[in-house]
Amino acid sequence: MTDVTTTTVAYRPRRMRRFVRWFVSDIRGAISLTFLLLLAVISILAPWISPYDPVAQDVNAALAPMSAEHWLGADDLGRDTLSRLIYGGVASLYASFLAVAIAVLIGVPVGILAGYLGGWVDTMISRVIDSFLSFPAIVLAIAVTGALGIGLTNGMISVGIVFAPQLARLVRARTLVVRHELYVDAARCFGGSTGRILWRHVLPNAIQPVIVQVTLLLAAALLAEASLSFLGLGIQPPDPSWGAMLARAYQNMEIAPEQMYPPGLAILFTALAYNTLGESLRAALDPTMKRN
Amino acid sequence: MTAARHDAADAGILAVRDLRILFPSRDGRDTVKAIDGMDFEVKVGETFGVIGESGSGKTTLGRALVSLLRPTYGQILHDGTDPATLGSRAFRQHRRDYQIIFQDPNAALNPRMTIIDSVVEPLEILREGDAASRRRRGIEMLERVGLAAEAADRYPHQLSGGQKQRVNIARVLTLRPKVIVCDEVVAALDVSIRGDVLNLFADLQREFGLTYVFITHDISVVSHISDRIAVTYLGKLMELGPAEDVVERPLHPYTRALLSSEPIPLPSHLRVDRRIILEGEIPSPVSPPSGCRFRTRCPSVQPRCAEDVPAWREVRPGHLVACHFATAEGPPADNQQARSAS
Repeated sequence: MTDVTTTTVAYRPRRMRRFVRWFVSDIRGAISLTFLLLLAVISILAPWISPYDPVAQDVNAALAPMSAEHWLGADDLGRDTLSRLIYGGVASLYASFLAVAIAVLIGVPVGILAGYLGGWVDTMISRVIDSFLSFPAIVLAIAVTGALGIGLTNGMISVGIVFAPQLARLVRARTLVVRHELYVDAARCFGGSTGRILWRHVLPNAIQPVIVQVTLLLAAALLAEASLSFLGLGIQPPDPSWGAMLARAYQNMEIAPEQMYPPGLAILFTALAYNTLGESLRAALDPTMKRN
Repeated sequence: MTAARHDAADAGILAVRDLRILFPSRDGRDTVKAIDGMDFEVKVGETFGVIGESGSGKTTLGRALVSLLRPTYGQILHDGTDPATLGSRAFRQHRRDYQIIFQDPNAALNPRMTIIDSVVEPLEILREGDAASRRRRGIEMLERVGLAAEAADRYPHQLSGGQKQRVNIARVLTLRPKVIVCDEVVAALDVSIRGDVLNLFADLQREFGLTYVFITHDISVVSHISDRIAVTYLGKLMELGPAEDVVERPLHPYTRALLSSEPIPLPSHLRVDRRIILEGEIPSPVSPPSGCRFRTRCPSVQPRCAEDVPAWREVRPGHLVACHFATAEGPPADNQQARSAS
């Protein structure tokens, strides 16, 4: 390798292209990504592709089985299940992304500061994290929702706040390791500022477990949304979400058990896709795991 | 330059004054005396070798010399300036002249940055030129240390240890530092490429007018390239003098033992020197021995050694030693030898 000399040099590593090529070679990651993209497209196109108004009631179709008119049947108020599933997807995806975005925005900076600065800052932050983690997440989310006000957005902000300490603890633990790496010492010797060192060296090397955790949290947030909506703290009737649909179908389980499948399977596959995608991303983003 | 600063520059580009660095021990009850009183000066343009066993405080010394560690007591002057007195902005500017290359070439490179991104990082911090010119300079520097331009867009894990150490050298050189502390820079490399890397260091010193502090446990490395050698033991200097003098005519029993431990490529019956085996391990830096701290392993130990701390004396011109019994002729004779002779 050392004896070759060339003068032409590619200006920038074509990371994106390499990333895509790697991704295509990973079947599970590709399927998960396709599934999630499809879900996103369906959500965006919801007003045009859903066969019925998701809140329109038709008493004659109450608990209708699957048919040509109602592909997935209808709920106890005669609302078309397919239409509600499509619109519910919008609410569920929005809810899970909102919660996780808030968890990342709070948890990652807090964790990095605690881990890098150490001392009393770390002690204080760690105590707060511990006290947050000592509550059951959903109970805490309900309490925070009570303070912020009922509704899907407030509910998911609460879930995000409740998830943040998990990420903070994870990032703090990684940061404690990374800050003692020699490349951090080297950057300090070059006169790099603390902000630069955190951004260029600590964050990229501490963030990896977060990527996987984020996908797990997306799945957990999806379920938290379902729980909060079930309890009436999340999405408000008559708007649909997968969790609210599941709660509704659960009440009529003995009459129309098939009504539980569409929202239940939607939650299951979406959560699974998030997790699988997380695994693939972890491998794709880590240069040391790349095959040569 | 003011007169005071000029005097300080005469004193050496690095001046260590009564340096002590203490750490709390793991359980927090004791104090580890990693460096327990050192005084020396490094002159402009020289290669200053520091040798010692593991646990002698040499890595701590290296980190302190480039301000990665703060002295607990005493001072380290950079060209007459105490970096501890500078404000944070001035300090960041100042420390660029004092760089370090670490023992583990892999750990010193961010695994998520390409080689060229690592090499141009110092230039980026300095905000020199635009991205394209920085890249050009980075590649020139990589080629200067013997790497092909293709290596630029690779990641550290795709290079060998020797190549990575060359990257570390190139990266430090982009800053045009005055002093480079080399902490066991070839210890992690294959023996076959150590020579190449050491020659590279020698070439770069001529080309860039560098001052080196070469820290190592391997006396064969340090004796070849150093102008002066300091021998450390348990956080203190045992001997300091011109390289040839220290290697050929050591003054301290510890130095003599270190030199005799170097393998000689001769069958045992042809070797002139007897090998001196030091017994036991280096004592704990939490509670070093009283008096002379080498006395517990010294083959020439006397009752006085447990009572008085040996003075740091100039026994030959420019050749200092911390031993009660060393004379200009050399170190004291072994007790065993003395016994068998009588």
